[in-house]
Amino acid sequence: MLDCTPKDITERKSGGIINPAKTCQPIGAMYAALGIHKCLPHSHGSQGCCSYHRMHLTRHFRDPVMASTSCFTEGSSVFGGGANLKASIQNVFHIYKPDVMAIHTTCLTETIGDDVSSIIKTAEVAEGKLVIHANTPSYVGSHITGFSNMTKAMVSYLAESTSPEKKEQANIIPGFVNPGDMREIKRLVESMGIEYIMFPDTSGVVDSPMTGEFEMYPEGGTTVEQLKDTGNSQITLALGRFASSDPADLLNKEYKVPVATLKTPIGIKATDALLMTLRNSFAREIPKEIEIERGQLVDIMTDTHFHFHGKTVAIFGDPDIVTGLTEFVLSLGMVPLHVLTGTPGGSSNSAAGSFEDDINSMLKGAGIEANVKSAGDLFTLHQWIKNQPVDLLIGNTYGKYIARAEDVPFMRVGFPILDRSVHSYLPIVGYHGAMRLIEMISNALLDRADRDAKDEDFELVM
Amino acid sequence: MGMNEAKLQEILDQYPAKVQKNRKKHIFIKRSDVESQQIEANTRTIPGIITNRGCAYAGCKGVVLGPIKDMVHIVHGPIGCGYYAWNTRRNKAKSDDPKQNFINYCISTDMQESDIVFGGEKKLAKVIDEVMEIFHPKAITLSATCPVGLIGDDMGAVAKAAEAKHGVQVLSFSCEGYKGVSQSAGHHIANNILMEKVIGTGDQEQAPAKFPINLLGEYNIGGDGWEVERILKEIGYHVVSVMTGDGSYEAIKNAHTAELNLVQCHRSINYIAEMLETKYGTPWLKVNFIGIQGTIESLRNMALYFDDKELTLKTEAVIASELARIEPIFDQYKKICEGKTAFCFVGGSRGHHFQNLFSELGIETLLAGYEFAHRDDYEGREVIPTIKTDADSKNIPHYTAEADEKRFRLKVSPEKLEELKAKIPLGQYKGMRFDMKDGSIIVDDLNHFETEEFIKALKPDIFTSGIKDKYVIQKMGINSKQLHSYDYSGPYAGFNGAVKFAEDISMGFASPTWNFITPPWKNQPLLEGSVTEEGVA
Repeated sequence: MLDCTPKDITERKSGGIINPAKTCQPIGAMYAALGIHKCLPHSHGSQGCCSYHRMHLTRHFRDPVMASTSCFTEGSSVFGGGANLKASIQNVFHIYKPDVMAIHTTCLTETIGDDVSSIIKTAEVAEGKLVIHANTPSYVGSHITGFSNMTKAMVSYLAESTSPEKKEQANIIPGFVNPGDMREIKRLVESMGIEYIMFPDTSGVVDSPMTGEFEMYPEGGTTVEQLKDTGNSQITLALGRFASSDPADLLNKEYKVPVATLKTPIGIKATDALLMTLRNSFAREIPKEIEIERGQLVDIMTDTHFHFHGKTVAIFGDPDIVTGLTEFVLSLGMVPLHVLTGTPGGSSNSAAGSFEDDINSMLKGAGIEANVKSAGDLFTLHQWIKNQPVDLLIGNTYGKYIARAEDVPFMRVGFPILDRSVHSYLPIVGYHGAMRLIEMISNALLDRADRDAKDEDFELVM
Repeated sequence: MGMNEAKLQEILDQYPAKVQKNRKKHIFIKRSDVESQQIEANTRTIPGIITNRGCAYAGCKGVVLGPIKDMVHIVHGPIGCGYYAWNTRRNKAKSDDPKQNFINYCISTDMQESDIVFGGEKKLAKVIDEVMEIFHPKAITLSATCPVGLIGDDMGAVAKAAEAKHGVQVLSFSCEGYKGVSQSAGHHIANNILMEKVIGTGDQEQAPAKFPINLLGEYNIGGDGWEVERILKEIGYHVVSVMTGDGSYEAIKNAHTAELNLVQCHRSINYIAEMLETKYGTPWLKVNFIGIQGTIESLRNMALYFDDKELTLKTEAVIASELARIEPIFDQYKKICEGKTAFCFVGGSRGHHFQNLFSELGIETLLAGYEFAHRDDYEGREVIPTIKTDADSKNIPHYTAEADEKRFRLKVSPEKLEELKAKIPLGQYKGMRFDMKDGSIIVDDLNHFETEEFIKALKPDIFTSGIKDKYVIQKMGINSKQLHSYDYSGPYAGFNGAVKFAEDISMGFASPTWNFITPPWKNQPLLEGSVTEEGVA
């Protein structure tokens, strides 16, 4: 397995990638757009882009992912995609009848310079129907950038402020997480009795129930009314700054909605931070049942600390998720040796800071030195692990090849997970999500201990 | 319940006028009382339509090149294209030299904004240098993505310079996603260059064993190619090369030594098959190793071609022993499947091939179609001269081979060839329509709207398609099976594959999970009781 990867690390200066830990913007934009109620994402480019993105999202969620495409040919690449996009707008509303069509661009249409906003303005759009768009050049940033840009488009196209007084409600931007995570975040906020608008919200869209009927537009998703109302909210919680801080900052700039940029609430510290922010912003007490949940989590952490304390771990994936996971494994007393994301630096067009600085400052606090890299690839991660082996590898499905090559226990977290199911329904956020993560970490480590134990060392109780 | 012209028209009437006019030409109901039924295929999908089609890059790098294990395939472009064609197609490969098996690697130039503005040639050259330093491959392919052609990067020049620098072959494929109208353009582009620059560059003048064949258009999805090779080797054939499943650059270089070329996926590889005949005088035989009878017929046709007594005897012996082994198992599954109906919509050949297996299981195919086929895949190769070229097909370079002065050799005499052609599909393919029943529907580039409408009208028991349709169909309570990825199962080819397919399809029908769709409270009122004149008792 991966036998061509040498242990010796030679510096690679070309800027090329071997075995990526990121993909391109449009898939993130497509996923974000699915989080608008009755919205059809539209890919302005070649058919292949739309096909690939639908394929990958469908494999991760195991649910329908509907999206249309401008079907570029060589002719449209030469003469511009205006005619294709206008035809698309007409056909989409006639045939598929969404309320909103959310267009994202591709490297093709960005390279030829299609002015999508002008095309939309001159297109015939039926009364009561909306067309929004985000520029998502595939050669900038990553899928996380695309998610951020489409979420930003929801704000720039739809948000409004209808009164100088802010409503007692929170905007919550969950970032590029699973519908199971979005549900869990909503449950926490609802338990505090706080009004909120979550956007985008793919719960109820890509985890829709089996009823024997196909619904092109399932019940989930943030409604247009809600998106409009985001300008009236008292605060925006941007969870995970790579995916969420740009749209939050735009709401602040345009409508003076203050922003609290927090980590994706993975693990005890980040969940505490989310609840404390809500508590302090709305002067609401944390309800008893949530305090009990937290107590249960701490109980588990202390009761089982010997399962994971001091174990070394490599973590890769999307920056917001990796940041949360790194913080949590530190809370558990584990030792991250390699931490890598494929997404470059900060999100584009924002001064969000650096992934590497964030991780390094957490590690420094724990007195740990590790390999940390943004804009990295899995070839690098594999070489790191060859040189400095770990007890556990955490990441998306692509990690399984490294795990097999190096015989490392492997725990699947993040996007995409293509070889296991149910993950998108269950949270990794909040106290419940943290319990689930501990279960996954412990099981991976203990399964390995069981596998490797000699007969005489094989234990009933662990 | 069936489909007739009036019902079909009702479905189409829901489209805007322009779309209706277009889509009408892509759909027909099979009638054997008319000599020909023309379909429009390999033309543009209408913008805004939710199609299953992909792009030229997917057809070139994803389908044809990707499975060649001992070449490093570099994707020149932003990261997505390389990423999505990485380990997603299940084209399995194994190698005696794991250090020269690159199947699990994805290499991309990861173009950035500055590369788009200033050009990506230098970066591409550097990536090639690194690949040579790290992997030491025997050859490299470069595949273009959309921006490459638009910004005018000269990949050919970069490839040429790299060949001179590193002394290995570096092949450049201009398969930008906007070329042509689907994956099909990419197949053609890949075929051209493999033919022009790889096939025939090997030193061998003669195959090292008797009955040498190439297996073309077999991508080893789920191990299909391995099952076919198992059978062929048992009979005594020598497989020179497979294009391209578990394929090897070294083997493909010597593909000229084969005495016969087998064509499994007609759509993606017929160009090479034709050119091998022109260049080396090697005929091609349309085979179909999907289905028990398809496999048997293909093996018998091969035996007829080679016309060798021992080979023929061995062919029959293998068929007999394989049948004795699998038939009792297959028949058990047939009991579960008998009487069911299917829709079969797949890429470019499987939409036809799998109807064999359905039929052997007693399942009737009500609707079939291809995502990216041409008219000949529906109507038969005899329509090729009548296919009009349009602006999109003109953009695909049409490479034609010429007879190789040294190596051209007629493998059978012209008289014998004519005699064989009357008996076996040598250089022929009759297309999907030929095998389908009257009243069944044939649809080209089936889209989401039509998928829903045809399901509602005909209520098939199973719908075989791809991942983008799968859960749409299953939400409607209908079992769906991916025939691109085989739902991560397989092999489905050959004798063992037929059994595996039967097992998987039966599992789909027999699964108790379908029985829980309606919750019990939907069928039972909350309050039990009877209504009397006074009210609820």
